[in-house]
Amino acid sequence: MTDATLVPARAPAQNWSRIALRWLLFTLLGLFALFYLMPLFVMITTSLKSLEEIRTGSLIAFPREVTFDAWRTAWSEACTGIQCEGLRPFFWNSVVIAVPAVAISTMLGAANGYVIAQWRFKGANLIFSLMLFGCFIPFQVVLLPMARMLGLMGLAGSIPGLIFVHVIYGIGFTTLFFRNFYVTIPQDLVKAAKVDGAGFFRIFWSIFLPLSLPIIVVTVIWQFTQIWNDFLFGVSFSQAGTQPVTVALNNIVNSTTGVKEYNVDMAAAIIAALPTLLVYAVAGKYFIRGLTAGSVKG
Amino acid sequence: MSQWLERHIPKMVLAPSFAAVLVFVYGFIIWTAWVSLTRSRLLPKYEIEGLIQYERLFNAPRWDTAMSNLFVFGTLFILISMVLGLMLAILLDQKIRTEGVLRTIYLYPMALSLIVTGTAWKWIMNPGLGIEAMVRGWGFESFTFDWVINPDKAIYAVVIAGVWQASGFVMALFLAGLRGVDGEIIKAAQVDGIPAWRIYTAIIIPSMAPIFLSAFIVLAHLAIKSFDLVIALTGGGPGYATDLPATYMYTMAFSRGDIGQAASSAMVMMAVVFAIIVPYLYSELRAKHD
Repeated sequence: MTDATLVPARAPAQNWSRIALRWLLFTLLGLFALFYLMPLFVMITTSLKSLEEIRTGSLIAFPREVTFDAWRTAWSEACTGIQCEGLRPFFWNSVVIAVPAVAISTMLGAANGYVIAQWRFKGANLIFSLMLFGCFIPFQVVLLPMARMLGLMGLAGSIPGLIFVHVIYGIGFTTLFFRNFYVTIPQDLVKAAKVDGAGFFRIFWSIFLPLSLPIIVVTVIWQFTQIWNDFLFGVSFSQAGTQPVTVALNNIVNSTTGVKEYNVDMAAAIIAALPTLLVYAVAGKYFIRGLTAGSVKG
Repeated sequence: MSQWLERHIPKMVLAPSFAAVLVFVYGFIIWTAWVSLTRSRLLPKYEIEGLIQYERLFNAPRWDTAMSNLFVFGTLFILISMVLGLMLAILLDQKIRTEGVLRTIYLYPMALSLIVTGTAWKWIMNPGLGIEAMVRGWGFESFTFDWVINPDKAIYAVVIAGVWQASGFVMALFLAGLRGVDGEIIKAAQVDGIPAWRIYTAIIIPSMAPIFLSAFIVLAHLAIKSFDLVIALTGGGPGYATDLPATYMYTMAFSRGDIGQAASSAMVMMAVVFAIIVPYLYSELRAKHD
């Protein structure tokens, strides 16, 4: 906490201006809070209104009559192209993609970070730099060859294909997270354990892994958010039936057939956002740590 | 044998990941670079023909639009997010009891998919039923706010949604920076009677230069990769008014069947990213060695 405040304590004569400034400060902070909350508020209220009420009422009005029809439609009836089964199958696609992709990329990142930080060998730093570099490329540059590669591997348009892609392009970040965490652990620990006769895996398993809970949480949250929210890979490497929830949401919103059902769009958007919002609400601290670790320490 | 194994196990553990990165990052970049030099259309060809795809690219009005959109969007997005983020961080740094709650509110958009953000703002900015209709309903009959469907203004609609999503994150970066400033110096300045705003402009903000750089890098990176937001908010339209390099590349690759153009536009995108990131990474890695 820095000690500089806009209103340092001074003589009592200045108290009124202190109070005025304090009020100004809270008003500003409150207005910004409204700016950030407004879209969420509008999404929720719109999703609870009937189409009739949306057409006649105001954007920011509370629903006169709360109805969950739009939610039901969004979940199990809305059309994503020719298919009209709602978001449900695609929501599960995203789960089936995200869970193994997060697990595998986190495990690989832990092992890689352990090697790079604690078992330095000639060239390890170069390897790390090369892997780090992979985090920053615009993925457009790998889309075309990856599409062909997935075809060659027989994984084109499939869920295992998407898992594979997310693991490959997640390794850079997960390795970075674990490497930066393990590098703070003194190397004497490994040396002492080696003297006691412990091997590579033993040391990892009984010394490093038990220390790693915080960084595992950070990495899992980061990877889950990235993969759940991914659209580019999802739209490029899926086909009807294997699309993740973000692609299905976009298809629902932009389908041109029939009446535009804004309440269904909003319900679908909230459903697609719920898992990551929930993670944020429960473990926001770790989410922020991942965000800043990825940018500041990088 | 077991000694040899013990000595080489670390390398063997790292090898598969490294091999994957070599093939799927570097190999693929080379593939794309190669194809960008050929006459590939629907299918890739491998005979090198020179810079013909890049000539086509730079002569395409649509690419021109995409690049100038990137410039407009990138500049405004980075600038506004930084200013807003810094301001929020300073406001939040005034010993506020509700800081935790406010921080959570400012930052939650970062947890959302850009498709969700785009969907929400598309609805909010819908001329017939969104903000425009609301303000007209208050009696301002001539109020117009049709940015999402106005070809000259649509890119600014993308800026609004982008700033909404990312500015809280910049705030978090700056707030961490503010908390890292040496408290002793600030106390000394306060004792000397230097006004608070001078303490910020002369001491605190200059000492946060590395954070400005990080925030800039992250935002620039987000701007260049921006794809989802445009797709969800405007679909690149009206027409191709809000095309960005990322949407151009996607259109060429997957709807136009023009692999040569897709490859060359992807290479230009990478060049732009590298022009920003390489000096940064270089200085970071060097700083670590020293």
